[in-house]
Amino acid sequence: MSMRLEKRATSSAAALLLAPIGAVLFTLLVSSVLVWWAGAAVTQTYGLLLKGGFGSIFALSETLTRAIPLILTGLAVTVAFKARLFNIGAEGQLYVGALAAVAVGGMHGGTGFDLPPMLLFVLMLLASALAGALLLLGPALLKARMGVDEVVTTLLLNFIVLLFVSMMLDGPMKDPMAMGWPQSVALLGDLELTKLITQTRVHSGLIGACVLALLVWAMLKYTVFGFDIRAVGANARAAAFAGVSVTRTVVLAAMLSGALAGLAGAIEVAGRTSYVTLDMSPGYGYTGIVIAMLAALHPLAVVAASVFVAGMLVGADSMSRAVGVPTFIADVIVAASLIAVLVATLLTQYRVRWK
Amino acid sequence: MTEPVLQLAHITKRFGPLVANDDISLQLHAGEVLALLGENGAGKSTLVSILFGHYVADAGHITVFGKPLVPGDPKAALAAGIGMVHQHFTLADNLTVLDNIVMGSESLWQVFSRRRAAQARLRDVAQQFGLEVDPDALVGNLSVGERQRVEILKALYRGARILILDEPTAVLTPGESEALFTVLAQMVAQGLSIIFISHKLAEVLRVSDRVAVLRSGKLVAEAAAASTTQEQLAQWMVGHAVDPPRARPARSVGEPVCTLDAVSAGRGRERLEQASLELRAGEIVAIAGVSGNGQTTLAELLSGTRVASSGTLRLLGEPMPGQAARLVALGVARIPEDRHAVGVIGDLPVWENAVSERLRSSVFSRGAWIRRRKAREHAQRVITAFDVRGAGAASPARALSGGNMQKLILGRALLHPDSNQTNPIPPRLIVAHQPSWGLDIGAVAYVQDQLIAARDAGAAVLLISDDLDEVLAMGDRIAVMHAGHLSAALPAGQWSRETIGLAMAGASGDAWDDAAT
Repeated sequence: MSMRLEKRATSSAAALLLAPIGAVLFTLLVSSVLVWWAGAAVTQTYGLLLKGGFGSIFALSETLTRAIPLILTGLAVTVAFKARLFNIGAEGQLYVGALAAVAVGGMHGGTGFDLPPMLLFVLMLLASALAGALLLLGPALLKARMGVDEVVTTLLLNFIVLLFVSMMLDGPMKDPMAMGWPQSVALLGDLELTKLITQTRVHSGLIGACVLALLVWAMLKYTVFGFDIRAVGANARAAAFAGVSVTRTVVLAAMLSGALAGLAGAIEVAGRTSYVTLDMSPGYGYTGIVIAMLAALHPLAVVAASVFVAGMLVGADSMSRAVGVPTFIADVIVAASLIAVLVATLLTQYRVRWK
Repeated sequence: MTEPVLQLAHITKRFGPLVANDDISLQLHAGEVLALLGENGAGKSTLVSILFGHYVADAGHITVFGKPLVPGDPKAALAAGIGMVHQHFTLADNLTVLDNIVMGSESLWQVFSRRRAAQARLRDVAQQFGLEVDPDALVGNLSVGERQRVEILKALYRGARILILDEPTAVLTPGESEALFTVLAQMVAQGLSIIFISHKLAEVLRVSDRVAVLRSGKLVAEAAAASTTQEQLAQWMVGHAVDPPRARPARSVGEPVCTLDAVSAGRGRERLEQASLELRAGEIVAIAGVSGNGQTTLAELLSGTRVASSGTLRLLGEPMPGQAARLVALGVARIPEDRHAVGVIGDLPVWENAVSERLRSSVFSRGAWIRRRKAREHAQRVITAFDVRGAGAASPARALSGGNMQKLILGRALLHPDSNQTNPIPPRLIVAHQPSWGLDIGAVAYVQDQLIAARDAGAAVLLISDDLDEVLAMGDRIAVMHAGHLSAALPAGQWSRETIGLAMAGASGDAWDDAAT
């Protein structure tokens, strides 16, 4: 037995509708085997997972809190991937963004340069966006000018950045009041984002992230620069023939991508943690890649994919406490759903022939 | 009559609603050349792909030398004695001829390659069919004609008794083609059978014993080559009588539009050396030559996607700008060689492709924003004026067939957004690189008519083509490219098919030519 794929002439409407449903069913089926293996009741576990992620105001608020940085890193990855720049470095860009935010809004003895909080807040965001953008500028230029593989450079920069953060947290940015814990000085209280619901952690960064998703969507669809990004990503040779500067487009898309990931760092510090630690991101930058792929690189779908992934992660925490299935089940579900969605998309375009 | 070596019975293959092969039955006899003739999309490629096991037919069966052929298995096809020579060669440039030929024919479990035996066997096969080639030469250093010989040898080395050649002359000079025909005759004389796929009528009649014509997936006619004519074949191919497009001579030639003076650019096979050329308003200058002799570099220079390393280019008396967008703004219409890879962006909608060249002009954008309504209106004008069919303005451009894609590219290049009935704005210069390559007869005539109309409206046209018939039919002046050198562009009357053929092969000539004479 062997199989091969044949391109379909057209994708039927039924196939396009059935693909995502099939993907979800497949995911649940695969994951339920693991749940059953761990010795728990499958339906009860899924029930607790859903309840823990979306079942109450508190659960929902935790999910949305978790979704905020994911939306931003998901957007960062979306913009880069649209231009066929495989930015695996959103994690590092998030951390330099967080450092830049504290450098502007927390250091200098908490004086904030004696600027009005609003102005300082804007400066803080600009600094973190710039830090993220500059971190991706190097890999983008290396790719555009010399053909250096950006997957390698951006991925490895993540580790350099983490070591740099560690150095800063034990050095110039160390909080003297933290009793030796490696954490930065805190952000000025004036710069912290307001909570959207009292007694929860969900903050106004959610609105900012959703607005950015709208802006990125409009930019890609309605502007010349958005066309350039889509054209270069889809076919760089044809884009160059039509008069698009490929180098300029790749570099600008990289700057935008890095800026969005850098903002994720600033929003996390201003909305949730107040200071930078070495574990402030449980891989938001990498999860951003998963989210961008789940959303099929559509900026508005990034918001929905982020809420789904965040819900799974948060729900798994509470489910795990109740039935003793490890929280890794959330990672399995997210990973399986990504594979299922990719396969389902493939099957809408190809048919499988057995022989 | 003897038992046929190959029998196709009632082969049917569907791709969704499209019936690519509809109940096709064919026979091939020993020592026979069967030409498979048809336009692009007629189903020739699908049929041979089924024969060679790349596709599985939905219905019907194949018998080879009296035994049924296992469907969908290229290995079974090879074992049954079917060899395939693809139009795009499947050779590894960085390996020797011998390596390329032996590759895949030895078991992976065999510890040592039996090179000496392989070399002896290759020599035998080569001598038997008059296909001399150095077994130790690197394929990357061979000419196109030599590479084709390696492909044929590869099939014969594996014991092929039935050889399928897919558009074998598309990459050859006229001299090389003649030499190929000699080799084919030798193979047939030794009892091999050949399926010869082509859409060139003259060579089909020249080389084959029998012609089978496909149209829209159906076998519409079968005839002995001796008892039919080109006109008859053309009529079968398209389904109605065809008037060959005929260029009328230019009425009056105007001012120089574009001049090249000792321009060099590119490197390797596609380098251009010290090329000089003058393109004047109201004339078509056709460049003949086998693909890969520097034409791509010449076209890219004039399309704004490559800069010259030395020499001067002038457009309308000014130094020629090197950016595509500025050239378009100055009235240069560009039709690239590879419409799929360079001409359109397949994943983007038709309407965006229709305006992509001029998106930065104030007609289609205001500041950072695209004027979507204006752009869609213009795209609709292009679609209507150039009869682009098969996909709506919002569908991805890759849904278009080759002919319709080419019409979209023509429309984008030739239809100025401010142009209208009372005030037509023709392009100043048209750079058309293989504009009719791979198109069916109807689309070819359409493309050529558009170029002639633009010339008559005062455009300077540069037509680069490796189709000698097209060059002779269209060119007011003709120049020939060989190995990066561009000959002088002489009036068409001063060339003959033979003198162009000689110039295409270069002064020195090569093995194919020697074999042909």
